[in-house]
Amino acid sequence: MKILVPVKRVIDYNVKARVKADQTGVDLANVKMSMNPFDEIAVEEAVRLHEKGIATEVVAVSIGVAQAQDQIRTALAMGADRGLLIQTDQDLEPLAVAKLLKAVVEAEGPALVLMGKQAIDGDNNAVGQMLAALLDWPQATFASKVEISGEHAVVTREVDGGLQTIEVSLPAVVTVDLRLNEPRYASLPNIMKAKKKPIEIKPAADYGLDLAPRLTVVKVVEPPKRGGGIKVETAADLVTKLKTEAGVL
Amino acid sequence: MAVLLIADHDNKSLNDTTLKVLTAALAISADVDVLVMGDGAQAVADAAAKATGVRKVLLAQSPTLAKMLAEPAADLVVPLMQGYDAVVAPATTAGKDISPRIAAKLDASQITDVVQVDGPKTFVRPIYAGNALETITTNEPKLVITVRPTAFKAAAAEGGSAPVETVQAPAASPKAHFVSEAVTASDRPELGAAKIVVSGGRALGSAEEFKAVLEPLADKLGAAIGASRAAVDAGYAPNDYQVGQTGKVVAPALYIAIGISGAIQHLAGMKDSKVIVAINKDPDAPIFQIADYGLVADYKTAVPALMQALG
Ligand SMILES: Cc1cc2nc3c(=O)[nH]c(=O)nc-3n(C[C@H](O)[C@H](O)[C@H](O)COP(=O)(O)OP(=O)(O)OC[C@H]3O[C@@H](n4cnc5c(N)ncnc54)[C@H](O)[C@@H]3O)c2cc1C
Ligand SMILES: Nc1ncnc2c1ncn2[C@@H]1O[C@H](COP(=O)(O)O)[C@@H](O)[C@H]1O
Repeated sequence: MKILVPVKRVIDYNVKARVKADQTGVDLANVKMSMNPFDEIAVEEAVRLHEKGIATEVVAVSIGVAQAQDQIRTALAMGADRGLLIQTDQDLEPLAVAKLLKAVVEAEGPALVLMGKQAIDGDNNAVGQMLAALLDWPQATFASKVEISGEHAVVTREVDGGLQTIEVSLPAVVTVDLRLNEPRYASLPNIMKAKKKPIEIKPAADYGLDLAPRLTVVKVVEPPKRGGGIKVETAADLVTKLKTEAGVL
Repeated sequence: MAVLLIADHDNKSLNDTTLKVLTAALAISADVDVLVMGDGAQAVADAAAKATGVRKVLLAQSPTLAKMLAEPAADLVVPLMQGYDAVVAPATTAGKDISPRIAAKLDASQITDVVQVDGPKTFVRPIYAGNALETITTNEPKLVITVRPTAFKAAAAEGGSAPVETVQAPAASPKAHFVSEAVTASDRPELGAAKIVVSGGRALGSAEEFKAVLEPLADKLGAAIGASRAAVDAGYAPNDYQVGQTGKVVAPALYIAIGISGAIQHLAGMKDSKVIVAINKDPDAPIFQIADYGLVADYKTAVPALMQALG
């Protein structure tokens, strides 16, 4: 069974995004970029399935700028076998990403696409579900446990009320949540090995798909700042202030 | 313009989030129909029919729809969209699961987590963990939107008398089915809707301590309990307690963060609370930068003192 893992290059999760003064977007110049943290979890899960002998090959695919090869290399260092960069300088919307991924799935024929539930830049939480829809595959989102048994995957999902377990037939799209696993750090020897693993690069335009944006960004602004607060000395002070000043008790 | 709103419910009662999303839907258009998909959910449909502003309720019932899995949900909604210009769902885990599937089947964009409606086709949504607010507009013929319920006031639950119409449920999907669920049992208010939330972080150190410290305080305040990711990852609290960018978003009148540092991802889920209280022993913890009232103290002494002061 082949597993495809889409990985996105995003702002590092430790960096606070700053809005550009001209309100056209977020300033990413000289900002540390990393693999989307959820995608690391997906890579880890795929590599574990490979190590258990359930998967035969793990392919990491990223859609984005040339530098997204760094994130593919990270996936390769974690244990993915090869990479594919679909290169574009355009910021693609989830539907366009899903359409490209569909083309990759059709070419590669994986039985499972394991991916993040959400990219922490756009916070869309959409591509996995869209890819499943376009392929007419079942989807199991927000996974905290994945078990492959024969032609099925049994997936435990983190949902609003607690946990839900569903069974989907393969091929399927599974999007991962935080509790699925703890991604490994790539060891130095594996980072060296990853340098020799192949990354194929294809321009996005070669796929001949309509990737044009459907949404127009009018402006991007900073959220309203909270007024500065105060320190209280004791719990009793706190309760008094909450009752009289804030009026919330 | 006609809007189809996907109701949030548990097959027994209509969740308050539906009324909040209704407010957003009515800002898009006055013609809002509510779709109740479920099993044995007649009471939900009847409740939806009473909400002020609802034009019509569509009720689709079958065991296949009982858990609102994405495949049958999309199979149901996609053909209905011939009669609608927009479909709106709450940004719950179910809504986020279903909505992009519908969007892709309609060859439409997904617009996630709308917090403000600036016109029928112009929306504001947070990006980058809420560190930026994006205003977007579109000419798409079909709009597919999830709405963040905490950003809208609930529409009146009474006052309407919309007709309830039955619609045909889709056939069972052979590709996905429900196996089981483990629902976190609690008599406390629901996290997303509570007026007061007390949240615990990594500082609590164990599941026993988390319970022992937070439960009595929550009960005294009639509050819901939340947690940071670190507390959930460590097993101190169930997953559905997680507040944050990738967990639940809350906006109560009062949020009390206990032993939580205030990482960007946590703040994304609670910074729109009216009043924020932080109890942390580190005076430099980032949480104090957004707290209205900060108490620099060890929770081990501060929480009992707080209990006492509350009487
Ligand atoms: C992709 C991604 C998504 C994430 N999503 C979320 C999310 O949705 N929600 C979320 O919360 N986090 C999320 N995180 C994690 C986030 O980055 C932080 O790691 C997490 O919020 C830290 O939790 P904490 O504040 O409990 O722990 P810590 O950061 O370890 O803070 C513990 C705090 O307790 C204080 N303390 C210790 N002992 C005491 C004591 N005795 N009395 C009082 N105070 C004490 C310390 O001073 C410290 O400030 C996410 C991270 C990633 C990468
Ligand atoms: N440009 C991209 N390249 C590769 N994978 C992507 C890209 N954008 C999104 N994804 C995948 O889709 C998931 C969900 O992203 P989103 O729907 O944008 O929040 C991510 O966690 C990735 O696995």
